[in-house]
Amino acid sequence: MANETTDSKPSEIETVKSRLVELLPGVGLEWSEFRGQTRVVFASGELLRCLNAFKAAGFDQLTDLTAVDLLEYGNVDDRFEVVYCLLNVDSGLRLIAKMHLNEPDLTIPSATSVWFGADWLEREVYDMYGIVFAGHPNFKRLLLPDDFQSFPLRKDYPVKGRGERHNFPIVTRAES
Amino acid sequence: MATQINKQLGDNIFLTTLDAAASWGRANSLWPMPFATACCGIELMSTAASKHDLSRFGSEVMRFSPRQCDLMIVAGRVVMKMLPVLQRIWLQMPEPKWCISMGACACTGGVFDTYAVVQGIDRFMPVDVYVPGCPPRPEQLIRSILDLQDKIKSGGTVNAREFKLRILPEGPSRFDEDELIRIRERNGFKLDDQKYDPVH
Repeated sequence: MANETTDSKPSEIETVKSRLVELLPGVGLEWSEFRGQTRVVFASGELLRCLNAFKAAGFDQLTDLTAVDLLEYGNVDDRFEVVYCLLNVDSGLRLIAKMHLNEPDLTIPSATSVWFGADWLEREVYDMYGIVFAGHPNFKRLLLPDDFQSFPLRKDYPVKGRGERHNFPIVTRAES
Repeated sequence: MATQINKQLGDNIFLTTLDAAASWGRANSLWPMPFATACCGIELMSTAASKHDLSRFGSEVMRFSPRQCDLMIVAGRVVMKMLPVLQRIWLQMPEPKWCISMGACACTGGVFDTYAVVQGIDRFMPVDVYVPGCPPRPEQLIRSILDLQDKIKSGGTVNAREFKLRILPEGPSRFDEDELIRIRERNGFKLDDQKYDPVH
């Protein structure tokens, strides 16, 4: 049984690869493999087209949507990386699709039109990295207070913050 | 003089001050408000459960309405989004009231020295007893309640006038490290600068 799955998995991912090349003519897809995980890096200009093609290729669930700040990370040119972790529920096949993004234009189209589960995930990415998702049905911060000024998971934000945790009135004993 | 009167009255009548009588009653029937936000809350539950049994010390009546409580037990880390809630609940509790800061996180922020976690609730509200530990054992929490009972019995007044004197903030006034970060940023130190160390 174990042999069967290891034999069938690569062929399955090869089918998906050829199907995606069919669906996305002229879009640069960089494929790579790491410890059995398949990743694809696609161009940021074709985001919604790519996501729709991934869905058409059978990836019907968005398991996670997150981002990475690559500031001072090795020899990379791009600042942000938006990561879509996809799952084909029927076959169990997974795909990690990535897209690079740079300042100052941090606006990308929302994935909620493709997978509605992207709703809170995109709000969290905006909360932590400041990446704006255009076309989101309810776009605001998810975890932090609405009046929070910074995006704390950016690498140029100090880990202790900029004094937000000390910005409260002091209740003394006599007035309480 | 008091002994002389006591001798004449015998065992039937006890003389005391009104303050001492009120404090005795208050100390032995503390009603805790469990503000449990993290793993200290589990130890707090264990303290009230049958094995350690907080009711032996007269403070087992946990109430989830602040209007019915006079002891706030802050068990766990308090983040910047939760602190206004904590202060509001504290202000809703009727006088006289006391506060136990339970665990390293509530006392100092603990290991969570980050942008979101308040570095000790005593910076923003009064605290009577601190319980160290991560999380503290139930015995430590019982000890803190016994200490608080001693504190109430020794200094309590019937109209709670001892609280009126505490008009100054009682939290730590140590050097603000966040201010240091802001000064360094104003002077042009950036993250790639080796001298920039936001931690120290």
